[in-house]
Amino acid sequence: MLKFILKRLALLIPTLLGVITLVFFMIALAPGDPARVMLGERANAEQLAQLRSELGLDQPLSKQYMLYIGRVLRGDLGKSIVTQQKITKELSDRLPATIELALTATLFASILGIVLGVAAARKRNSWVDYSTMTGALVGVSMPVFWLALVLIMIFSVGLDLLPTGGRMNVRLYFRPITNFYLIDGIIMWFREGKSDYFVSALKHLILPTVALGTIPLAIIARTTRSSMLEVLKQDYVKTARAAGVPERKVVFRYALRNALLPVITVIGIQFGLLLSGAILTETIFAWPGIGKWIYHSIGARDFPAVQGGILFISFFFVTINLVVDLLYSVINPRIRLK
Amino acid sequence: MSDNMTKEIIEEEITPPAEPGFWKESWYQLTRNRAAMAGLIIISVFTLMAIFAPLAAPEDPLEQTIPARLTAPFTDGYILGTDDLGRDLLSRIIYGGRISLIIGVVSVSISLALGGVLGLVAGYFGGWVDRVIMRVIDIMLAFPYILLTIVIVAILGPSLMNAMVAIGISQMPRYARVLRASVMGEREQDYVLAERSLGTNNFELMFHTILPNALAPTMVQATLGVGEAILSSAGLSFLGLGAQPPTPEWGLMIASSKQFITSAWWVVTLPGIAILLAVLGFNLLGDGLRDILDPRLRD
Amino acid sequence: MTDELLGIDNLSVSFHTRRGVVKAVRNLNLNIREGETLALVGESGCGKSVTAHAITRLVPMPPGVIESGIIRFRGTDLLSLPEKDMRSLRGSKISMIFQEPMTSLNPVFTIGAQIAEVFITHEKLGKKEAFTRAVELLDLVKIPDPAKRAKSYPHQLSGGMRQRAMIAMALASPEPGLMIADEPTTALDVTIQAQILQLLSELKERVGMALLLITHDMGVVAETADRVAVMYAGRKVEDAPVEELFANPRHPYTAGLLGCQCSAPSNQNAARLTSINGSVPDLLTLGEGCPFANRCDNVKSECMESFPDSSMAGEEHEFSCHNPISGSGASS
Repeated sequence: MLKFILKRLALLIPTLLGVITLVFFMIALAPGDPARVMLGERANAEQLAQLRSELGLDQPLSKQYMLYIGRVLRGDLGKSIVTQQKITKELSDRLPATIELALTATLFASILGIVLGVAAARKRNSWVDYSTMTGALVGVSMPVFWLALVLIMIFSVGLDLLPTGGRMNVRLYFRPITNFYLIDGIIMWFREGKSDYFVSALKHLILPTVALGTIPLAIIARTTRSSMLEVLKQDYVKTARAAGVPERKVVFRYALRNALLPVITVIGIQFGLLLSGAILTETIFAWPGIGKWIYHSIGARDFPAVQGGILFISFFFVTINLVVDLLYSVINPRIRLK
Repeated sequence: MSDNMTKEIIEEEITPPAEPGFWKESWYQLTRNRAAMAGLIIISVFTLMAIFAPLAAPEDPLEQTIPARLTAPFTDGYILGTDDLGRDLLSRIIYGGRISLIIGVVSVSISLALGGVLGLVAGYFGGWVDRVIMRVIDIMLAFPYILLTIVIVAILGPSLMNAMVAIGISQMPRYARVLRASVMGEREQDYVLAERSLGTNNFELMFHTILPNALAPTMVQATLGVGEAILSSAGLSFLGLGAQPPTPEWGLMIASSKQFITSAWWVVTLPGIAILLAVLGFNLLGDGLRDILDPRLRD
Repeated sequence: MTDELLGIDNLSVSFHTRRGVVKAVRNLNLNIREGETLALVGESGCGKSVTAHAITRLVPMPPGVIESGIIRFRGTDLLSLPEKDMRSLRGSKISMIFQEPMTSLNPVFTIGAQIAEVFITHEKLGKKEAFTRAVELLDLVKIPDPAKRAKSYPHQLSGGMRQRAMIAMALASPEPGLMIADEPTTALDVTIQAQILQLLSELKERVGMALLLITHDMGVVAETADRVAVMYAGRKVEDAPVEELFANPRHPYTAGLLGCQCSAPSNQNAARLTSINGSVPDLLTLGEGCPFANRCDNVKSECMESFPDSSMAGEEHEFSCHNPISGSGASS
């Protein structure tokens, strides 16, 4: 197994390099002049030239590329044109929000997805099976931002049950501790005996979680079902039955453990995808995460910000995929004990 | 000539798998799969709508009638109501169908062409060619799909055409992989070896002999890919990176009506339902195709 | 027959598939005495495996249907038993081992844990105790270093050892009555085959259980069986004690099978192997006649019309043929 880990890690370097390269060219080749964007319409030629040389834009492309790689590897992603803050700081401020949402959505999708998938597999071709699978098919056929809007229309505007956006009721002022509002809410509950923070954080999480989690839910349910069906056909399930093990145990202990192996990989991948797809959902829910920040940066033509944000998320994505692969090799005894 | 005779005899004895029987049998099985047929029907409806858009749509999708803005459905003769610029929603949705179909077909064609060639070359030659190509594919796949499309559109400039190109390029790796696996399977078959022994050159072998037989698995990916392209395009439009106003692209229609969710639910909801149905159709068909082409057919 | 352990009367099992009804087993009569080894022989698809699954009621019920029959186990009809009671018999009184040990063992559990599961299920032992008993069983089936091996996963063991582990699992009970072995050695090396068969015989003696051995290999039959039943296309065609069968086969198919085996005792002087022409009929389109008719050297017109009733050729020798081979010991 060690060989496997080392091999995977070795692949990481060229992959990350490839990602950096792609993002670099994205900005380098994009139309428009960053200097002009930064200085505005009224800047004269001299000022533009000076800024360009400051930004290194007058250097040959290959040199810019080298400089860029150097900077990235040192952890310097530059400054946002709009806020003049260090991009790494902007990102780290917003990261917990994005992760909190992605995590709850993944959890929601996984638990519900596995439950539904197992139920569908056990009662194959029953109404449970058909309705779950049809629902799943519909789930992967809709645009996530549309679903978000519809949910808001029904639950926020129509029924007034849940808030339209944001992470917390604006009138509840508090100093974030971990910046994970659910956790902070619990801490505040202990400290001040008030559950308001926690409840508000929870309420604000519900709609975004459901919106973001629906597509992964559908995918996980389908994967669980097909994996389970495959496993239930296997000889070792027959062996367990032939030994007299009660059906319930056969399904939930013997079959499920095997069926979940590919599902766990899918869950990991979905988590990575959720992080990267946050752009669409966070915007609608005014969720102050990295996605929303990138969205606004695109609109404001804040190139370094967009570049930095995309690079950051891509790195995360690549890392998560690596972790998923490694995790799989650990939990599957056939690979672990090669 | 003895060469031709040999060729005829060999071709008679060793028939390639894509005989007429294969397609007939597949069609027969397809019709028996209810979900796939449902998908096919939906797609046909949309296709007809797209082709006959000028006849089907009651109004010009771009014509603004400001006094009639935000009319509710079933009022004043507007079956699906109007948007915030007084444009008939039904007409816009119908024309939007045309655009979505074009998006799907163009994107998938690009992906298939690019990915197909790469996969074909990689699968056929193997060795270091294969390794290099696959490494590039892996790097592309390491990038989150949505971000990749955004990056490409950012480079090319926001427009519907560029969005299609971006989607096409981003989807390419999957076709490359599928085709490569398929080609590797076909490469060792008798009919290929027979052709090779007659001295057919590599290029012909790849494109004339192997490719037609290796394409079957890509059909599934292509069908599903159309649905994905429609969704991706909607997402890009939403971010302002795809279709530009006043194009009646479904995603753009939703995006520009965000602020009206309280006042005019139909402007937001209805285009989304159109997307839902269209993509559902392709997903149903794609799933059905996958079931049929999967050799491990279950009873 | 008071020492009858298992009695199958008129069993018929069919599979209702989209392409038609497959009559896998038809009007089968079979019995096994306590402590006896009965070999059930035939080509693939003849219904022997289905019969085994029917006994343990593991036939997948759509699409399988038990059209008729009674399966008596020590007097009780298994087919009308409630599932709960059937389950308590499985693994304790009636156990089964399968052909492919690699796929028959769960890859994500240790073999010790899987064997222990049987004790947990039937004797309600705790995990630790069950595991200890499992180790004892592994020792019984002659797996070296059983305590260590019990913690291994199936893919870490060789084919022969996996099959031993399966046998251990099937023995995890205080008084096993019947072990059904469905082609236990087919997937193994010839040398390992011999070891496994030897092990089965020893264990059988030790524990006093009966063995239903399903196989297509006459050599295996000669080694281990007390009695042999021959099946073809869902029907039983001959049933006799092993020496009698090898010495005086009556059914042409049996003779054909024996002729195909170098090691069959009656064929020591044969210069060549004989093989049976033709192939097994399509089980979807079987008629009322003898299914072997189109391949049989002894075929007569009645063979196409009806399946022969069973006749006796001695006290324990039963066969179903319109035109049997006269008892002489020569193969067709």
